[in-house]
Amino acid sequence: MYVAVKGGEKAVKQSRRLVAKMRRGPETVPPIRTNQIEHQMGLGVDRVMAEGSLYDNKAAATALKQAQGDTMEAIFLVRAFRTTLKRFGTSAPIDTQDMQIIRRISGIYKDIPGGQVLGPTYDYTHRLIDFDSDEKKETPLKNQVPTVDSTEQDISPQQMTRVIDILRQQGLMDTASPTTPHKNVEDLTREPLKLPASRSIRLQNLARGDEGFLLGSAYSLQRGFGLDRHPFLGELRVGYIAVKYTPPELGFEIIIGKIKLTECFMINRFDGSENKPPGFENGYGLVFGQSERKAMSMALLDKSLQNSSNSDSKTKYPAQDQEFILSHSDNVESSGFVQHLKLPHYVDFQSELVFIRNLKKEHDKKKETCLEPSI
Amino acid sequence: MSHQYNFAYLDEQSKKMIRRTMLKAIAIPGFQVPFGGREMPLPYGWGTGGIQLTAAILGKEDTLKVIDQGSDDTVNAISIKKFFKTTADIEVTESTENATIIQTRHRIPETPLKKGQIMVFQVPIPEPLQFIEPRRRETAKMHAYQEYGAMYVKLYEDIATYGRIATAFDYPVQVNQRYIMSPSPIPKYDNPKLNQSPAIHFFGAGREKRIYAVPPFTDVKSLDFEDYSFELESWNEPCSICGSTTSFLDEIITDDEGTRLFICSDTEYCQKRSQGGE
Amino acid sequence: MTGMPDKTNLPLLKVQNLSKFFGKHIGCHDINFELSPGEVIGIVGESGSGKSTLLNCIAGKTNPTNGAVYFNSSDGYIDLCMSDEALLRKIARTQTGFVTQNSRDGLRMGISAGGNIGERLMANGMRNYGQIRKIALEWLETVEIDPARIDDLPETFSGGMQQRLQIAANLVTEPKIMLMDEPTSGLDVSVQARLIDVLRKLVSRLNLSMVLVTHDLAVARLMCHRLYVMKNGKIIESGLSDQILDDPRKPYTQLLVSSVLKP
Repeated sequence: MYVAVKGGEKAVKQSRRLVAKMRRGPETVPPIRTNQIEHQMGLGVDRVMAEGSLYDNKAAATALKQAQGDTMEAIFLVRAFRTTLKRFGTSAPIDTQDMQIIRRISGIYKDIPGGQVLGPTYDYTHRLIDFDSDEKKETPLKNQVPTVDSTEQDISPQQMTRVIDILRQQGLMDTASPTTPHKNVEDLTREPLKLPASRSIRLQNLARGDEGFLLGSAYSLQRGFGLDRHPFLGELRVGYIAVKYTPPELGFEIIIGKIKLTECFMINRFDGSENKPPGFENGYGLVFGQSERKAMSMALLDKSLQNSSNSDSKTKYPAQDQEFILSHSDNVESSGFVQHLKLPHYVDFQSELVFIRNLKKEHDKKKETCLEPSI
Repeated sequence: MSHQYNFAYLDEQSKKMIRRTMLKAIAIPGFQVPFGGREMPLPYGWGTGGIQLTAAILGKEDTLKVIDQGSDDTVNAISIKKFFKTTADIEVTESTENATIIQTRHRIPETPLKKGQIMVFQVPIPEPLQFIEPRRRETAKMHAYQEYGAMYVKLYEDIATYGRIATAFDYPVQVNQRYIMSPSPIPKYDNPKLNQSPAIHFFGAGREKRIYAVPPFTDVKSLDFEDYSFELESWNEPCSICGSTTSFLDEIITDDEGTRLFICSDTEYCQKRSQGGE
Repeated sequence: MTGMPDKTNLPLLKVQNLSKFFGKHIGCHDINFELSPGEVIGIVGESGSGKSTLLNCIAGKTNPTNGAVYFNSSDGYIDLCMSDEALLRKIARTQTGFVTQNSRDGLRMGISAGGNIGERLMANGMRNYGQIRKIALEWLETVEIDPARIDDLPETFSGGMQQRLQIAANLVTEPKIMLMDEPTSGLDVSVQARLIDVLRKLVSRLNLSMVLVTHDLAVARLMCHRLYVMKNGKIIESGLSDQILDDPRKPYTQLLVSSVLKP
């Protein structure tokens, strides 16, 4: 009998057909529309945009549909699409002070200028599955809640002072603002990651990093694997902000669109050193869309990595280790590499077989000669 | 949404950047040059490094061969070939002799390579010192200062434990008497084919974003000791199909009793021989 | 310590005005001394007195704030503080040895004893397995470890054996200088005695030069020709070991000496 080593081409073709069929599901159920995903599975779309590092609701929704809701597969699709897009320029840095806020909370002051805005959150819902959701008539919410919809055209900035700036005014926090625009920002998607990485590169890496990895790493910090003191949530804000760009042919700034962002400042006590007075230090998180757990995890990690890169002391825990966090945060990389084990490894395994058989032969021979005298 | 992709997928700017990196890699044989690796529509670990290199050097006149584990017809080889057929509409071939570019995962073809041919290797872990020292900052220094003691310690330990060097694939080599390099996970059987090869060998690691190369007619030495020299695998049986006794054989299990057959891992070579070429 | 060092040769090491500050905190300040071939120098003082900082500066592990460390290399005197990393690392794997307090920092715990001893040989280009093995066996014998344990992992060794293995792994390439950071602390008294005995034999047999940092004056008396007493980062007293230990001048040294049982 001869085992077929041919036929890969046919198999691949069939597999593609099967996955298309599986994606569609039974014909009796109407196909899902990408605009339904875009508007009714918005948080999923947000995550795909954030980790796909491309702000494109339509592309993200289409990718989610194509991937049967597999978030990482969708992120991968968006990343592969993103590589092919032309870069026509660099937008002006955004100033989150001008954000059109839909939600804004602080864990350190009871009241803050501009007020706490609870906004849309699952935080205070009871997690009970509503099995009747299909049958329920959805009551129109239009008149009940004023919404800022992403389709609305103009943005009227509210100018809400950031809580962190209040601490700064009191001299309790570094004056260097993390949003200070730099002239030439490095671009992680165009240059390989070099270590030690600058803060800008670290933040870029974390912003597109895997939410689960960031969350787990931040959690490990909180559990004492890297943090010896309780951190505070200085501020968390979610809202829309205009992106401005100056086309060279126009010579003046225009608004090219608006994006939803989640921004987070984490605050840690700092007891002072030779060169720095006592005060507070902050970690920063900024993520596309509404993703509070990711922005918070990012801020915790930002602080942790800042500390370990400032001193030349050895890091003790993984979440303090730049190389560990930055090299393993990207889920397109990690998912690909873990799953490449599905590829054929016949040749490599063949080499292992030959080696082990020889080793075993010698082992058996040794055993035999050892036994002989006693027989 | 309709979208027009560039020839061989990548935009020309990116290709240019990759070609520059490749030139640098050729200039410093065996040295891992970092590059701004792009995301490709194939997963990391499935040949994104190799695909980017191929995309960067591919021209309309080229004839491409893609193999995986020596075979032209495994699923991954098919998928990559199809990618370039779709995005670049170039000629593909199974013939080692007729190919101008050969992208490979884990094998070097048995048919000797010629001057002018370009081999593109897919590399999962470009750093030969990775399992001795996982930190890139430290391994970069070890290469820079040629501190290769730890690499030999691994070989020493093998001999002390097993009486021989235990690495069977991805067997480290020293290129041009300078850099220690991973030949990618090819079986050590293929290592000698790199030495003084008339072809250019490029190695692309997409996930780790590094490119390195062995220029034509360069010394490539598999690491060993004077008294425990590098040795090749051998089989007691010939290939069941073409009868070759000089090629790397795959083991095939043919029934539940574990009956084994040995056949050439290089399917094109095997086919050529059994169709009466030799 | 018997046998006086050879003073006719040029010093191996010249430490000049060496200072290291950590912010406002003084690590060590204005340190001057020389080390001659075959000489064993002891740096003594309480913990926190700056001994280890000084040793790390000499070893190139810490960059000093001021001053110079001239090393008499095969290419003449070079200032280690001004040398680039490539040269420092080369010197560290060929011409100097460094024995740490914790053998985990100085040994590869997952590599056999033979591999640990062989690493420096292989790093310096030796490519003959049989030869490496032979040298490793000889060194195990020299530091009084059963050669039959050549393929065992250091993890299976006692603390004293690990320290002797660390010494062998450093001495195998015959470095000009051995730097030792509290090599005996954490060991039982009897285990300490054996280690000191081995070291003393090596010093007289190989004409070793050594800078030994210790807080243990008994060890210092047994090992060192000269002593430098450090307090708050500065050398406050120096001289021949017996002179310092039998007739200390400074009140601090007197306190140190009186707190140790006389042998």
